Amino acid sequence: MTRARTRARAALLALLLIFLFVQVAAAAPAASADGERDAAHVVRVGSKKFTESVVLGELLVGLARAHDTPAAHQRELGGTRILWNALRADELDIYPEYTGTLARELLARPELQDPRELARALEPLGLRLSAPLGFNNTYALGLTRARARALDVRTISDLRDHAELRLGLTEEFYERKDGWPVVRAAYGLAFASDRLRTLDHDLAYAGLLAGELDVIDFYSTDPQIAAHGLTLLEDDRGVFPRYDAVLLYRADLERRAPAFTRALTSLEGQLDDGTMAALNGRVQRAREPEAAVAASFLDERLGLRVELRAPTVASRLRRRAVEHLTLVGVSLLAAVLVAIPLGVVAARRRRVGQVVLALVGVVQTIPSLALLVVLIPPLGIGAAPAIVALFLYSLLPIVRSTHAGLTTIDPRLREAAAALGLPARARLRLVELPMAAPSVLSGVKTSAVINVGTATLGALVGAGGFGQPILAGIRLADTSLILQGAIPAAALALLVQGLFELLERALVPRGLRLRSR
Amino acid sequence: MFELRGVEMLHGETRVLAGVDLVTRRGRTTALIGPSGSGKSTILRLMLGLWGPDRGRVLFDGAPVERSGPAALALRRRVGYVIQEGGLFPHLTARDNVTLVARWRGDDDDAIERRLLELAALARLPVELLGRFPAELSGGQRQRVGLMRALMLDPDALLLDEPLGALDPLIRAELQLDLRDIFRSLAKTVVLVTHDLAEAAYFAEHIVLLRGGAIVQQGALADFIARPRSDFVARFVSAQRTVALSPPRAPEAP
Repeated sequence: MTRARTRARAALLALLLIFLFVQVAAAAPAASADGERDAAHVVRVGSKKFTESVVLGELLVGLARAHDTPAAHQRELGGTRILWNALRADELDIYPEYTGTLARELLARPELQDPRELARALEPLGLRLSAPLGFNNTYALGLTRARARALDVRTISDLRDHAELRLGLTEEFYERKDGWPVVRAAYGLAFASDRLRTLDHDLAYAGLLAGELDVIDFYSTDPQIAAHGLTLLEDDRGVFPRYDAVLLYRADLERRAPAFTRALTSLEGQLDDGTMAALNGRVQRAREPEAAVAASFLDERLGLRVELRAPTVASRLRRRAVEHLTLVGVSLLAAVLVAIPLGVVAARRRRVGQVVLALVGVVQTIPSLALLVVLIPPLGIGAAPAIVALFLYSLLPIVRSTHAGLTTIDPRLREAAAALGLPARARLRLVELPMAAPSVLSGVKTSAVINVGTATLGALVGAGGFGQPILAGIRLADTSLILQGAIPAAALALLVQGLFELLERALVPRGLRLRSR
Repeated sequence: MFELRGVEMLHGETRVLAGVDLVTRRGRTTALIGPSGSGKSTILRLMLGLWGPDRGRVLFDGAPVERSGPAALALRRRVGYVIQEGGLFPHLTARDNVTLVARWRGDDDDAIERRLLELAALARLPVELLGRFPAELSGGQRQRVGLMRALMLDPDALLLDEPLGALDPLIRAELQLDLRDIFRSLAKTVVLVTHDLAEAAYFAEHIVLLRGGAIVQQGALADFIARPRSDFVARFVSAQRTVALSPPRAPEAP
């Protein structure tokens, strides 16, 4: 008994030390960043998880550095809402946005067409808007140049005379209120259902180039337009809303980083559709890093020299591993500390138990992205919301396994423990929990392994980790980049699994591993 | 010692005990006997305060038996309880099972070790088995360890619920002999549950026959044979005697 207990204590201590180490390792870079912040405000730039936004984000970082203002880029955050909430919660200072998105989605005032009107509407929220950067990334319909010439179509109206054309539309465009429904209504288009299908954007391009589709929808700054010599149909009835790129920033940034905010005006009108499409193309097709593309633009157009700081592969891997382990370790430790007592309570009181089990079960059904979005206003972006989400997801397996481990103890043994005259607390500690240990531990192991996988979603809210290269890889359709995140994450999951098997050996009393004669 | 006065127990709609009056004698062995479901084990649980009666009173040395609180825990430490197969905790060695409560109480290590060896000798358990886990012991050995655990704190009374029930005949006979010696040498108040009349007579001076939650007759074995109080008692006695007198069957092949 004493030997087993000493061993269990040693194992727990080792686990704690690992967590502490990860904590310290994670805190070290954060501390140096704080030191920097004392000297000058670090401009916190955000970007959405598509190439154009990331390039613009890098452009802003480059611009800041060129004006001796330190800047940090929270790249490829999970969605418009996440960025909007982070900006309003003072977690970000600036990010690239589109007028159409601001009016329709964020302010829900679609009548605000003019950027100046939009700026006025944003004023009370403490937000400012730059002048448009020059390009309008809206929806467009188009076809190959050869096909357009053969059919002699130039405008969307011209499509009315060609009911034989085959259309391939993205699901989003087909469903969106400002997409296909208004186009069809405004232009009176009638395509038979076998002429129109919805499919993935990249597949639509492939189908178009292979001649299997005639007309598809685009984002007007897609680099493929120029690369394949595609023709965009003119929106002659002005149906598509404008999605002029603008920079959305906090009003207080003008005070925090005056040189940088003044420099923002130098970007006005510098990026027309073609320029932006070309920059996107250099990232997506030529696989140039976003920072390098942004730096060369700043150099050529604005004559600004930006020093590129590319981290080495090893340092990047190490940083991601630390970020990832922090997410998993902290959330799991907290979950263990909360879920085991919850499981004990659930096993002790049947009514309460049912409520507790139902509650943690419901938490499990919340989609991770929705949970992350909800957590941003109170917690900001970065590791905090990811850790809380992982913590919540970790509860169910541990609560359940603790509950199961305790309730499946042979009632005769439970009675024997009670008959010994030990108080309930001592019975729990000396008899019931040790007997439930294998079950409890398997729950913790399940949570830990799932956690390692789920933590990749942390990249959506700027928590970093191995999810970061996966996100970038998906955005760029770059398998090797995806694997740079997926392989270490999988290896980590295996490692965690192995670690717990060792831990099992130390923590599960030997008597429970023996089979009765 | 133990005293039950007009005790009634309901289990949902079923009456588990119906008006039981029972007094066990100090330093003597009382056997509760009867067909399964007659309420024998229920009486042991009432004596320990694991359950409470729906009506009537359960007393130990004149004080009511509590179900919870410090008094209840103190009483349970004064009463040893042994169940079928010993009821040992599988995660603890024999030694740790026996000494669990004493160590929790913070008793002196040397005193614990002395008592442990004393009990091993009494229960005739080889000392080298003390380091084994229950899964590494035979059924009879487990039962001996269970007995040691019940006796560890030198209780005033000992309650045994079918202590020999799960054992094969040879081991059963051996343990039976040892148990009687132990009961006699300790002179403790013992209450033993069994469904075997011969076993009851072997251990106990006082036999209590239960049926459907009520006592049908109590007294010495001779009374049961000579003056059965009812047809049921007569049938119960003769049925058990037939079995006891019939030649032992050859042990079944495993």
